[in-house]
Amino acid sequence: MMPMCESTTGRRLNTLGRHLAADRCDRTSSSSSGMASQGTISPSPTAGVFAESVFGNVAQAPEDPILGVTVAFNKDPSPIKVNLGVGAYRTEEGKPLVLNVVRRAEQLLINDQTRVKEYLPITGLAEFNKLSAKLIFGSNSPAIKENRVATVQCLSGTGSLRVGAEFLAKHYYERTIYVPVPTWGNHPKVFIMAGLSVKTYRYYDPATRGLNFQGLLEDLGAAEPGAIVLLHACAHNPTGVDPTPDQWEQIRQLMRSKGLLPFFDSAYQGFASGSLDADAHSVRLFVADGGELLMAQSYAKNMGLYGERVGALSIVCKAADVASKVESQLKLVIRPMYSSPPIHGAAIVATILRDSELYNEWTVELKAMADRIISMRTELQEALLTKGTPGDWSHILKQIGMFTFTGLNPDQVAFMRSQYHIYMTSDGRISMAGLSSRTVPHLANAIHAAVTGTV
Amino acid sequence: MAMAIGMKLAGRAGGAAMATPPATIRSISSWWRNVEPAAKDPILGVTEAFLADRSPDKVNVGVGAYRDDNGKPVVLDCVREAERRIVGNQNMEYLPMGGSLKFIEETLKLAYGSESEFIKEKRIAAVQALSGTGACRLFADFQRRFRANSQIYIPVPTWSNHHNIWRDAQVPQRTFRYYHPESRGLDFSSLLEDVKNTPSGSFFLLHACAHNPTGVDPTEEQWREISNQFKVKNHFAFFDMAYQGFASGDPERDAKAIRIFLEDGHLIGCAQSYAKNMGLYGQRIGCLSILCEDELQAVAVKSQLQQIARPMYSNPPVHGALLVSTILGDPELKTLWLKEVKGMADRIIGMRTTLRERLEKLGSSISWEHITNQIGMFCFSGMTPEQVDRLTNEFHIYMTRNGRISMAGVTTGNVDYLAGAIHEVTKS
Repeated sequence: MMPMCESTTGRRLNTLGRHLAADRCDRTSSSSSGMASQGTISPSPTAGVFAESVFGNVAQAPEDPILGVTVAFNKDPSPIKVNLGVGAYRTEEGKPLVLNVVRRAEQLLINDQTRVKEYLPITGLAEFNKLSAKLIFGSNSPAIKENRVATVQCLSGTGSLRVGAEFLAKHYYERTIYVPVPTWGNHPKVFIMAGLSVKTYRYYDPATRGLNFQGLLEDLGAAEPGAIVLLHACAHNPTGVDPTPDQWEQIRQLMRSKGLLPFFDSAYQGFASGSLDADAHSVRLFVADGGELLMAQSYAKNMGLYGERVGALSIVCKAADVASKVESQLKLVIRPMYSSPPIHGAAIVATILRDSELYNEWTVELKAMADRIISMRTELQEALLTKGTPGDWSHILKQIGMFTFTGLNPDQVAFMRSQYHIYMTSDGRISMAGLSSRTVPHLANAIHAAVTGTV
Repeated sequence: MAMAIGMKLAGRAGGAAMATPPATIRSISSWWRNVEPAAKDPILGVTEAFLADRSPDKVNVGVGAYRDDNGKPVVLDCVREAERRIVGNQNMEYLPMGGSLKFIEETLKLAYGSESEFIKEKRIAAVQALSGTGACRLFADFQRRFRANSQIYIPVPTWSNHHNIWRDAQVPQRTFRYYHPESRGLDFSSLLEDVKNTPSGSFFLLHACAHNPTGVDPTEEQWREISNQFKVKNHFAFFDMAYQGFASGDPERDAKAIRIFLEDGHLIGCAQSYAKNMGLYGQRIGCLSILCEDELQAVAVKSQLQQIARPMYSNPPVHGALLVSTILGDPELKTLWLKEVKGMADRIIGMRTTLRERLEKLGSSISWEHITNQIGMFCFSGMTPEQVDRLTNEFHIYMTRNGRISMAGVTTGNVDYLAGAIHEVTKS
């Protein structure tokens, strides 16, 4: 709280005061009311002239743990720094990548003079919605053919999760959602803000750096019937550990028998294995049994459209009339949040998905990204084996997708940041997309030092 | 709840037969059978109905999106040029949670003044938002979180979505009197009375210019009195400014109410939108700003606004922000924009004059002064819902049932037809 005299309004008032009476600067706080005794003017507490903010009690929020890593990385002047924090794809040269097919789509859009910038409908671009549903559920999906899928365009994965969660909080009788341990840091916040309560199910096994399948089955088996369960469709974030197809089938049977409601988060379709269909296998398994589910889809990674915020929420229902009612209710969630979704990214996606030549080119570029990541995994694992770094590093190749859960502890992570200028989240998650053949040796050295050192 | 019982039975049945669980669940009914079809949005539903109508005479004066004199949507030249400059050069990386800093810088200058001391002193907490709706929603959520006991005072009438926004943010709503139906103008004395009678430190939603849906704005003098009364009562002023530049044709003039409040020392909040004044409806590009006591507080407030955005959409879309900062950051493009926004405002003002003239020429006994007194996109005609229904059913003219006419949908081609129809349904 600044002393009155030093603020602009304080100065004005005191100038006025000096004209009227004594010139002594009264430093009493603004809790004194009305005129001070010597004729200097203090603003009354209710005067807007020297307003105290109604938000004066607001404390500074902590940095987002994931995005904060990039903030710290950007501040580091070291020439050998490596950013393995946020999950955005980088080329071998460490540069962001705009897909060729996206550039072509942009040109097509720009050249189309008939295009306008009108409001999209609340549910977004209709063609985008249809194509997105086909992409994840398969173009032959019976659910789509029977008009049982309500799809709305949303702001990437986050927005799709939030809209879906708000819908559930309003219309579903169970308010509990189970999330795997660990999960993307933003998941619990999204669900809590939407009005759900968050419980967990065991997922990652630190001992094997793989799936704790028994624990998963036990925890989901003990869940209250009808509870919502968050499932990462593929390339689990942050661990990179996915169930096998057999394990997915067991999960499906368990969940259906307990009436648990699946809520899939698909942020890496095509990016994990390089095959769009293979990466959708888990989702399609659930749809095939005729049951219901929610699906949050993102194009941030697989089309490199991060900043455009393109995604879709689909709700697979038992019947077409139900899907139609559900869609109408989704509109009521969206309208008071942002009225309608942004057009640009969706238009790019629709342009690509509707054209078979562009679509094919996209699958090639997508596979190239996935392949580069897999090759980074191979190189890193080999480097650690060659160095004889203690420990079992086979998980580096077993895990899939953007991230590797190294198994490093927060102390080791901090050590690698300060001594080797390598940036990752404190849970030991590294973004493989941030690696190149050039930087793998540096990372291998750092891991080796962290693991064998005195930390 | 029958569904819940069904679910529990299924669970128990499944539990008993865990060894061979059913592979399909076709016997279970949908979880969503109890979901009622939602009522159509009163505003956006109008366009849906219009699109479905096959009459060649149909006129859409419903949703507030600008149309040229041929009734066509417009992409501004400055926007087309900005697009050309961006395409091929833009990388698609995530923006920070608070959005593009360059965009925010230019946007604050518009609202607060390019030489604003508050900008220089870094006292404004500002984040890029999803147009005006998104900005209002972020503020409403923020208000709920940090002033949990507060309510929002909303003018009568207001844009219908305002009610939805604060309701979903779980901030209780109250109203204050605003529109005077008899004069089709401002009910100023009642407004002041309501401002005086609310408890000190109340939160008010104010339309900075071109009030939606009435088009009725306080005069400059009236704004000064409102600001003064707000000082006495220490109220918080939240401005929704969706039409800066679009109302009078001059963005500086349209920001007058905000500038008056700033001069008077109020620490305001402000939602800005580029949907109408730059024709960027579909880009969802806007800004939420909150003026704080000092830089430290602004940093804290901004960090908390980001915490609200993160679980909603993580970070805002880049394309619209890039368009706006390209245009406002280039003197030539900015000049072009100012010319184009004035052109849009002028066309609307011209249509107001013409519509009023036509109605008077038709010998209407009703006073249509308010058509030219009101300002901005909308004219609050004073017609009843029944009269509006007649316009739709008999004349294929589409507007919201509160009698709000979007003047942007009026053209030299349809103004005669519109005047004739309005006269027909109001002449009794």
